[in-house]
Amino acid sequence: MQRHLISAADLTRDDAVLILDTAEEMARVADRPIKKLPTLRGRTIVNLFFEDSTRTRISFEAAEKRLSADVINFTAKGSSVSKGESLKDTAQTLEAMGVDAVVIRHGASGAPYRLANSGWIDAAVINAGDGTHQHPTQALLDAFTMRRRLIGRDAGIGQDLSGKRITIVGDVLHSRVARSNVDLLHTLGAEVTLVAPPTLVPVGVESWPCAVSYDLDSTLPKCDAVMMLRVQRERMNAAFFPTEREYARRYGLDGDRMAKLPEHAVVMHPGPMVRGMEITAEVADSDRCTAVEQVANGVSIRMAVLYLLLGGNEPAVTHTRTEEK
Amino acid sequence: MSKILIRGAKVLGGAPQDVLIDGETIAEVGSGLSAEGAEVVEADGKVLLPGLVDLHTHLREPGREDSETVLTGTRAAASGGYTAVFAMANTFPVADTAGVVEQVWRLGREHGYCDVHPIGAVTVGLEGRKLAELGAMHESAAGVTVFSDDGKCVDDAVIMRRALEYVKAFGGVVAQHAQEPRLTEGAQMNEGVVSAELGLGGWPAVAEESIIARDVLLADHVGSRVHICHLSTAGSVEIVRWAKSRGIDVTAEVTPHHLLLTDELVRTYNPVYKVNPPLRTERDVLALREALADGTIDIVATDHAPHPHEDKDCEWAAAAMGMVGLETALSVVQETMVDTGLLDWAGVADRMSVKPARIGQATGHGRPVSAGEPANLTLVDTEYRGRVDPAGFASRSRNTPYEGRELPGRVTHTWLRGKATLVDGKLT
Repeated sequence: MQRHLISAADLTRDDAVLILDTAEEMARVADRPIKKLPTLRGRTIVNLFFEDSTRTRISFEAAEKRLSADVINFTAKGSSVSKGESLKDTAQTLEAMGVDAVVIRHGASGAPYRLANSGWIDAAVINAGDGTHQHPTQALLDAFTMRRRLIGRDAGIGQDLSGKRITIVGDVLHSRVARSNVDLLHTLGAEVTLVAPPTLVPVGVESWPCAVSYDLDSTLPKCDAVMMLRVQRERMNAAFFPTEREYARRYGLDGDRMAKLPEHAVVMHPGPMVRGMEITAEVADSDRCTAVEQVANGVSIRMAVLYLLLGGNEPAVTHTRTEEK
Repeated sequence: MSKILIRGAKVLGGAPQDVLIDGETIAEVGSGLSAEGAEVVEADGKVLLPGLVDLHTHLREPGREDSETVLTGTRAAASGGYTAVFAMANTFPVADTAGVVEQVWRLGREHGYCDVHPIGAVTVGLEGRKLAELGAMHESAAGVTVFSDDGKCVDDAVIMRRALEYVKAFGGVVAQHAQEPRLTEGAQMNEGVVSAELGLGGWPAVAEESIIARDVLLADHVGSRVHICHLSTAGSVEIVRWAKSRGIDVTAEVTPHHLLLTDELVRTYNPVYKVNPPLRTERDVLALREALADGTIDIVATDHAPHPHEDKDCEWAAAAMGMVGLETALSVVQETMVDTGLLDWAGVADRMSVKPARIGQATGHGRPVSAGEPANLTLVDTEYRGRVDPAGFASRSRNTPYEGRELPGRVTHTWLRGKATLVDGKLT
C-alpha cells in the first residue's frame, strides 16, 4: 500500500480518477457557508518548505484547515542544500513532535523520495514540488480542471481524459509541472505534445510517453488544451534562447495564436504568469484561460489527496505502477 | 630473515606451484619446494597475483582525517590486495608542494601497509591557473611522477599543454580528470533518459569525450604522455582507441564501479550511487569491459573516495560524490571481467598491477612472480562468494554501493616486500 504521494508516475489510472472524483466532493465544501469538514481532526500536518512558494503553501494550508487538521508551517528556505543534514534533522525533529504527514517543497530533485524512503521518519510524505522533478498535486489539479472544462463537472465523474489532446508549451527542461503532467495525462489516456525550443527540452525526452514539437503554430489547431509554462527570464542569459522577444514570437501565446485553437479548447497556466512573454494579457484575461480556476481547484485536489492518504477508510493510492512491473 | 612457502597457488591463474619467499624477495618458484625453515601458507586452489597497484586513490590526509587517513586507507588497500597506491592531490592543503607530498609519502612508509606514492597537483591549489612546482615535487623524497588536479579538470588548453611539456623533463605523466566545466554546471548524474525523468542535472558524455579528444591531440602535438582518469563512456573508448592507433602516447583507466553499475540505480535517489564521473548506461558499461579486455583501456583504478556518513545520508543534490573501492575492486573485476570470460587472471595481473605500476613508475611493483623479484604478492580465493558487509571495512568510510550485494572472490593474503600485511583475510 502506497502511503506517500511522491510522483505523478506512481498513480494508477484508478487511483488518479478516485482522487479527481474525491476532489469533486471536496469542491462542494467550498460552496458551503462553513467551509469545513471534521475529517482530519486531531491529525497534525506540517508544511515543510525549503523553497519559497507562497501559492502552493497557502493552497495546502487551506486544504488542511478545511479538513480540520492541525497545521504547522515550517520555512527553512536555503538551509538545506547548502548542508545536507538539515533535511534529515528537521524531519526527525518534526516526527518527534508527532506529525502525521509532511508536505514538502524542496529545491533538490528527489528530496521527498529520500524523506519517504530513507527510514528517517514514519509520517506520510506529500511532494509539493521537488527541484525539476515532480509536482504531482499540480498535475492532479490541472487534470481536474481539464476534466471539468472538457467533459463537465458531473459528467466527468468516473471519467479519465481518454482521447484528449494536450499541448504543453515552454521550459520543459526545468519544469516539474511538465514532467508531472506528462506522466499523469498519459495515465489518464490523453495524448500529450510538448512544444519548446530544442534547448529547453531535456536530452532523453524520447523515452517519455508524449510527442515533442518545436512548432507551436502547427500544433494549436489540433489540441483541446494548451498549457503554458512559466519561463524564467534568467534562462535568456544562460543562452537557452536569444531574446525575450524572439521567445515570445516563436513560443508565446497571443490572441492570433489563440484564434487557431478549436472553439472548445482551453488555455492553462500554473502561475505566476509573466504577461507579455509567454502569454499576452489578452489571452490571460480571456474566458478561455483557466489560471484562476486552477488555483481554486488546487485546494479541492489537495483536500482529496490529504483525505485519501490520511483519513479515507480505503487508501487512495493502492499500489504503484513500478510495483506492477 | 623469515621464509614463507606459499604452497600450491595458481600463479597468475596457471598451474599450481610453490612460491618461496625469503626476506623481501621471491627466492624460488617451482613444484615440491622444501618447507624447511619456512612458514607454510596452504594456497590450494587460490590464485597468486603480483601485489595490486592503484593509480587512483583518495587517502584524504591531510585535511579530511574524518573520512580516511593514510593509515586507514593503506590498511584498506592491504585488505583489497594492494601493495602500492597513488594518493590523489586534492587534500587540504592541496598536495601542490614538496612539503605536502613528502608528508604523505612518509606516513605511508611509517605505517608499512602499502607503498604510498603521492600524486602532485598540476596547478596551485587545483585552481587551474598557475603550474605547481612540479619539478620540486619530483625531486622531493616522494619522487612524484604522476600529476593530477583530479576532482577538477585542467580545462585551460594552454595550462594543459604546458604541463604536458614540462613533465617531459623528468618523465612524468599528467593524469587528466576529463570534465568540461561549462558543460557540467549543475551536473548531478549522467545526462540521458534517467536524468530527464528524475529531473537531475545532466553530466553529458560529450563533456568527458571533448576533453579527452583535446588532450590526446595536445599530447601528440608536444610529444608527451597523458593518462586519462576514470574513463566512463563508450565514446571515450572510441577516442582513446583512435589515439592509440595513431601512436599517441595515451593511457587510460576505468573504475570497478563503471564496469558494473549503471545510472538506472540513481532512480533510488540514494547518494551512495553519486560519483564523478557519474554512472553511465548499460551500453557504456559493456563498451568499457570490452575496451579493458582488448587493452584500449590500460588499467583498473579504484578512485577510492571515502566520505563520512553524514555526507551521504542526505538528499541527492547535497551529497558528496564518490564511493570507496579498494576493498571490493578485485571482486568487481572478477565478476565483470573474469567470470564473464573477458579476461583471465594473467590479464587481471596486467591491468591491476603490471600496467599501473609502469604508468606510475612504481619500480618494484607489478613485477613477474619469479625468483629474484620483490615479494609483493596477493593471494585470492576466487571460489569465495559472499555479501559485502561494510561493517568489516578497514577504510574509515562506508560509502560503498555494494552493501548487501553478493560478489565473488576474496583476498586472503597480501605481502609487501615479504612482510604479510593481510593473513587469512585479517590485517596484521
